[in-house]
Formats: sequence, C-alpha cells, structure tokens
Amino acid sequence: MLTALFIVPLVAGVLALVVPRVVRRVLMPITGLVHVAIMVWAWIVRPPPELDGWIALDPVGQIFLSIASVLFLATSLYAAGYLAEEDPGWRDDIESPLPFINAPEAVFASCFLFFLASMTVVTLAQHFSLMWIAIEATTLATAPLLYFHRHKRSLEATWKYLVLCSVGIALALIGTFFIAVSGQTAGGHHIPLLLSELTRTGVMLEPTWLHTGFVFILVGYGTKMGLVPLHSWLPDAHSEAPSPVSALLSGALLNCACLGIWRTLQVYASAGQVGAARELLVGFGVMSVVVAAVFMVNQRDYKRLLAYSSVEHMGVIALGMGLGGPAAFAALLYAIHHSLVKSALFLLSGNILRVFKTKSAAEVRGALRTSPWTGGLWCAGMFAITGTPPFGLFPAKFAILQHAFAHGYVVIGIVCLLFFAIIFIGLTGTGLAMAQGEPPPALGGATRPQWLLVLPPAFLLTLSLVLGSYLPAPVHEVLTAAGATIEGAR
Amino acid sequence: MNTVLFEIVLVVVMIADIALLGTSRIPACIRIVAAQGITLGLLPVVVDHAERPHIIALAAITVVLRGFGFPWLLSRSLRMLGVPREIHPPLGYAMSTVLGVVILGYCFWLGARFEVTGSGMTRLVLPVALATILIGLMITIVRRHALMQVIGYLALENGIYALGVGLSIEEQLIVELGVLLDVFVGVFVMGIALHHLHHEIERPDVDLLDELKH
Repeated sequence: MLTALFIVPLVAGVLALVVPRVVRRVLMPITGLVHVAIMVWAWIVRPPPELDGWIALDPVGQIFLSIASVLFLATSLYAAGYLAEEDPGWRDDIESPLPFINAPEAVFASCFLFFLASMTVVTLAQHFSLMWIAIEATTLATAPLLYFHRHKRSLEATWKYLVLCSVGIALALIGTFFIAVSGQTAGGHHIPLLLSELTRTGVMLEPTWLHTGFVFILVGYGTKMGLVPLHSWLPDAHSEAPSPVSALLSGALLNCACLGIWRTLQVYASAGQVGAARELLVGFGVMSVVVAAVFMVNQRDYKRLLAYSSVEHMGVIALGMGLGGPAAFAALLYAIHHSLVKSALFLLSGNILRVFKTKSAAEVRGALRTSPWTGGLWCAGMFAITGTPPFGLFPAKFAILQHAFAHGYVVIGIVCLLFFAIIFIGLTGTGLAMAQGEPPPALGGATRPQWLLVLPPAFLLTLSLVLGSYLPAPVHEVLTAAGATIEGAR
Repeated sequence: MNTVLFEIVLVVVMIADIALLGTSRIPACIRIVAAQGITLGLLPVVVDHAERPHIIALAAITVVLRGFGFPWLLSRSLRMLGVPREIHPPLGYAMSTVLGVVILGYCFWLGARFEVTGSGMTRLVLPVALATILIGLMITIVRRHALMQVIGYLALENGIYALGVGLSIEEQLIVELGVLLDVFVGVFVMGIALHHLHHEIERPDVDLLDELKH
C-alpha cells in the first residue's frame, strides 16, 4: 500500500498529459484526496516496510509525508481555481514591456503530480541512493513548473535553480559515496546504505569518511533547503513561480531537503559522535536567520519577502536540529506549522497579485477592502508566520530558544531573539500596510471571492491554529519518536 | 588491472581538465569534455570490475551518452545560439589555467594524506577525481556563457564518476545509476532551458539574465 502512495500520483501525472482540460483540473484534487486517504490510513495501520525495506514509514518520514500530502490537497484545489482564472493567450507582463504566454496546462498538471510523487518517495525512502534519486527527481519535476509563465524573469529563476540545485545534488551524491565508503571496513565486509542497517551498525562506520560525507550532504541538500550562504536561488525561484507552486516549494520541498540532512544526522547520531555535526547545523541555522532578516528589512517585493522568510524558518529548523534534545522535537513541530502557514501565505499572495497586478508591497493598499477574505487571512497569516500566539509556530520557536538558553548557547539565543524581533517588525509592518488603507481608485469596490482561491489557505491557517492549541496524542507520540532519532549517544 | 592503460586514462583526464580551462572556443570544449567522458568510460574495464557484466553494460551506456549523446545535444544548442566563443570571461584563460594547475597540485597533496582502505588504485584516482570535480565546479561558477556552465557541470559529473569507480564502492550499480541520472537531469533539462533562452533573448550570456535583484 505504501507503494501506492507514489504510484497513484505517477499514473495521474501521465494521465494528465492526455485527458481533456475539464478532467485534468479535477484530476489534481482527486489525486490529492486519494493521497491524503492513504496517508491517514497509514497513520492508523502503520504499514510494514515494502520493496526489500527500501520503502518504509518511520516517524520522521511520516511527519514530512503528512505535511506534503495535506499541502498538496490544498494547493491542488487552489490550482484548479488558479488555472481557471489564468488567461491562456499572450498577455502583457506586469514588469516588462514584452508580452508572455503560459506553458501548456497539461505540462503544469503533469509536473505538479510528478512533484507529489517524487516528494512522496523522498519521505518514504530508507535507502540513501533512493532518497538521492528522489530528491533529484523533485528538481526535475519542479523546473517546468517554475517556468510556467514564460517570461524572462521566470526563465532566469529557473536557470539559477537548475544550475545551483544540480551542483548541490552532485555534492550530495559525493557525500553519499563517502558514507558508503565509511561502511566498507577491511576484509571486504560492507554495510548496505539502508537507514536501518546504518543506524544499527553505526559504531562500525569509519569516522573520517562519515564526517566528510556528512559535510558534503549538508552542503548539497543544504543548497536545496535554502540555508545561507547556499540560498541565492531560493528568493528568485519562490517569487517567480506561480503561487500554488511557490506554496508547495516553500511548504513541502524545503522539508524534503531537510529530511535528507535529518537522515544523515540519524546515522551520525548512531555512530555516537554527533557533536561536530551539531555545531555545523547551529552555525548554518543562525547565519540563515541573520542574513534573511537583513534582506527582509526594506524588501519591496512581497513574494520575495515570503521567500526570505522561508530562508529564516529553514535556519530555525536547522538550529533546532543542531541543538537536539527537546529542540529536535520542536524543530519538527516548527516545520509542520511553517509549512501550513507559509503555503497559505503564498496562496494568498497569488490572490493579491491577481487583484492588484503588482508585486510591489508599496503599491498594494487596502486589500481588506478589495477582497475582505484574502485581506483578513493575509493579516492572520502575517501574525502566524512571525510566531505570534495562538498559532503553532509560537510554542515551537519558544521551545527551541528555551533549549538554546538552557544549554549554554546564550549568545546564539540572544542573536536569534534580536533578529526575530527585526523580522517581526519587517513582516507585519509590510503585510499589514498592504491590507489596510484605501485601495487604488482604479480597482473599484470589493470583488466577489472565488472560493477555490480562498478556502484552501483558510483551511491551512485553521489547521495551524488548531494544532497550535491542541496536538493530538498520536501526533505527539510520533513527533517524540522522530525527535529521538537524532539523539544517539551523547 | 592493466597499470599502463590505467595511468594513461588518468593522464588523459587531467590533460582534459587543464585544456578545458584554457580553451575559448566552445565547440573545442564540447569535444574535450566528450573525450574525457569516453576515456573515463574505459576506467571500469581497465580495473578489476571487468568480470561483472552489468558494470560493462553501464560503462558502455556512459560512453555512448557522454561521448556522443551530450556532445550532439550541446552542438545543436550551440548552432541555435550561434555564439561559438565566450566574450570576456570574468576570469582570463591564462589565469584560470594557472588556477587549474594549482588545484591539481592541491588535490595530489590532499590525496596523499587521505586514509584509504581500498586498493592502491584508489590512491591515484582520488586526486584526479577531486581535481576534475573542483575544476568543473570552477567552470560552472566563473563562466558566464550558459553552454560553458553546462560543460563545467559535465566535467563535474565526470569527476564524480571517477570518484565512484576509484573509491571501489561495493554498491557499484547504484553509483553508476546515480551518475547517469545526474547527467540526464543536468544536460537534458538545461538543454530545454537553453532552447527557451534562445527564443527569449538574442545572446546566450547569463549576464543578460540579471533582472532579479536581492
């Protein structure tokens, strides 16, 4: 049944190329529904490993799978509405004099579904090679999505994305090689690259090769995760992609890359010498928070603002992973809430872009008037993403900082607090100004809400709100089990 | 293992690295990286892996793809773009060649220091592979011509392939499948992007793609 999780979107992706338009738009949400159904079934049944143990559902994978599944359902519903609103012909570009056209809708739908399939494989893969192939496949599936609006800026973003992420993925492959070598001891004995085998026999791994391997994987998958200084493709890609794609890229794909690092950390932890790896993660994490904050102040493009906010949040997740202990648990909780809220915000930014026809935050005023639903949700999302209670990011962020202070990372804790404050001011200041005030007279009065474009982000924000105040016992259990996997012997 | 042939392979790979850095004409660069790919394809045949048939099969695929498939694709893209050489690279050809030699020296120094559990072969392949990876990375970063970036990426892939063979990883099949997929993604997708690049703007310099600011 686990295999069905990625076979279904794969088949649907092929079908999307041939079926008529009406069916195609319904096909995406239906696949999303089936995917969520199997995912929920997996929560209840806890299916055994499949394909010789290459595919299995462990606690960490389960969390990231659930995020991807729920986000896909929401964004696919949104995408159906989004595609219906898109003008299929040549049209004027809002930022340059050249007109542009969309890529064929069949390509969009198909790649969108392949994207889900590849992310699913990343979360289920237990073999390092399979995980690597799947992460590579996500790049392949998303590149045409980035270039959906065929203008110069999206082409530039796609090119940057391809070159940097391909180099990153190549470095991650080298890291995977080194981990394989670390498991090859004298006498011709070798440990297979299966996660269960590697963590079971962790102490037998050769430390130098393992460490070199970890560094390469951290840099490689770190590029894809958007950690500073390897993040330079991210603001371009996430701001130029169509909004439903941005939502999935920020909410689900960054997590997949993070999972790659997490898995390697698991092996490292089982080898009993995780200290050096932790320092690296903390360093990358703090650097990401600081640099993202600097770029968020005075950021005029609101989609780029959201993209830099993703860099910041990935930094916090890396920080939590680096600190370990309760902070690892909190990092996972943080990842869940960041995905829900950030996807909602990207979807809403698409609605704002549709009404105001500009990406400049200074030119958007009175979103609450023109589209009350979108404007209201946008304000709520702004508070949620900056870690304001009662949304779920607050307790997670709090737990990570608390752990930092409690374990001697006082300077890091203070630096983070300071930059969180800067980010709070930058984000809410820009975001609220967009919602309030008088809309430009040319826009006229309030428009009728398009429910397919409003309900998915509303659903995601509500989910974050609910999970922020009440975490069901099974979820808590899985989160605890997942957080413990990178504990190892201290 | 045939030592003489083995050393010839490594020397050819090194010469190709340096030649790539010093060549301005892109058709020549395409041929150099193709020659490097073909030579590397021989590596598993020259060393002990020869008795495993699937390794030979994959080596054959590697040779066909890297020696003929990708060069053909690149030449086709080049004809469409119509700019056979890079104008004013940020780092001059003489300078980058000197840097390449420094990288090569550094990698040999590094290779001598690494604890290697494998055979004596590894000790020789490791520095050459690392140097090819670094030089490929350097070309991808310092060159502005989109096609040269792809060529740099191919050199990087060649280096990874050499590393995979050289480290004599037991799960060879995985190593080679991984590299093949990597090349597939790198070149095919970049090729498609180049195709649009051609339609979008007249010159292929990625410098023209500088509208997005931080």
